[in-house]
Amino acid sequence: MTWVLANLEQILELSLTHLRLSLLPIVLGFVIAIPLGWVAHRYRLTRGLILTLVGLLYTIPSLALFVVLPPLLGTPFLSEANVLIALTIYAVAIMARSTADALASVDPDIQQAATAMGYSSWRRFWVVDLPLAGPVLLAGLRVVAVSTVSLLTVGVIVGVDSLGYLFTNGYQRGILASVLTGVVVTVLIALLLDRVLALLGAWLMPWTRAGRASRRSRVAQPSQLVDRAPATVGTGVQGSGA
Amino acid sequence: MNLFLDAFAWIAAPEQWSGSGSLPQRLGEHLLYTVIAVGVAALIAVPIGWLIGHTGRGREFAVGLSGAARALPSFGLLFLFVMLVGVTLRGPIVIAVLVLLAIPPILAGAYAGFEVIDRRTIDAARAMGMTEGQILWRVEVPLGLPLLFGGLRSATLQVVATAVLAVFVGLGGLGYGIVQGIAVRQFDQMLGSALLIIALALLLDAVFALLERFAVPRGVRAGRTPIVRSASPRRRAVAEPSA
Repeated sequence: MTWVLANLEQILELSLTHLRLSLLPIVLGFVIAIPLGWVAHRYRLTRGLILTLVGLLYTIPSLALFVVLPPLLGTPFLSEANVLIALTIYAVAIMARSTADALASVDPDIQQAATAMGYSSWRRFWVVDLPLAGPVLLAGLRVVAVSTVSLLTVGVIVGVDSLGYLFTNGYQRGILASVLTGVVVTVLIALLLDRVLALLGAWLMPWTRAGRASRRSRVAQPSQLVDRAPATVGTGVQGSGA
Repeated sequence: MNLFLDAFAWIAAPEQWSGSGSLPQRLGEHLLYTVIAVGVAALIAVPIGWLIGHTGRGREFAVGLSGAARALPSFGLLFLFVMLVGVTLRGPIVIAVLVLLAIPPILAGAYAGFEVIDRRTIDAARAMGMTEGQILWRVEVPLGLPLLFGGLRSATLQVVATAVLAVFVGLGGLGYGIVQGIAVRQFDQMLGSALLIIALALLLDAVFALLERFAVPRGVRAGRTPIVRSASPRRRAVAEPSA
């Protein structure tokens, strides 16, 4: 505890850096994955192609990806860009699959009703499909957020300061409190982002809130899916990392 | 691309293939950690996952555990455990951390494999007079196998990736080349090691992909249905979507 108090300033600074570096891959991953997931969902041919590709990308261990990216992209070996790009790749890998699953979870009857009411396919996507796919998308995004925060710690090996610094530095100097603090704060930031996303989801998708959902059984389904989604991801793309 | 040629040259160089610290030795260490960790984790997680899946009790526990495990930084856990227990026991400790990381995905796979089975299949088995044991071994286990292999696949990838970091606590594995390469700025070694790690991960992934495919009992596709879709019973009854 005394170590934490004595180093509070550094811990706060690293936490803020960690949070800042985590946000970009999460947001970028989400934005890139939506069209990708849509293409994967829409066409049978691209589905296999895209999902296999993102599956393979997700298979690559993080440290290896950090090292392989610079010669591929022409970036310096020890730079923030490599880690941010690598984490974005992982985020896209998780999110593209989630998006395809999410769009597949939309009831076709509702889509047909929307089409019958005169919605163009473009408008239907934004007004009907995307909101109804929201709960599954959110579940995927929460997985992305949590795993990004956790993976970012490995970046310290290739010279990107994050809470991972508390691990390596603490281990080298034999300060248990430093490593423990690093683990605890990393988990706290992950849980914080997870909570924020959950609240954001409840605010944006009021129909998923508990209590209201039971009124109409059809609409209640997406909220059940949120609970199940983590296990789903586990069957496909969860897992790599470290 | 020059750097990649250098990396391949480094891999092909004869000095990497014999003596202590050679690539076959590093690869062997890496595989050994992986096999032991995933094996031990499977012995622990599969029976528990099947129990949860069969009885339907403890579902929240399985889902919560796999969610919570994702938040834990494995890199930090490695250091934390070695420091807590002491450097002398670091071999078993690293294995223990890898086991801990492998348990949640295997548990989720074992349990989800049972969860996706159409309830009517199990009801039919029971109506035919099968005992609980028969239902478990002849219906649920075979039908749940593809997702179980999926869980083992996730766990293996997680373990292979984390074993790369084992070098930081003084153990070998393929991560050695990367970390040493960074320290002495030897890019061919860094890149060569990274490429080998990627090849290993992709190879193991391919093995499990094949296992998953062959684990589907003949005439059955239900095991490959994503759980997301199985949540809508009506649509499942109409058409089983191909995964």
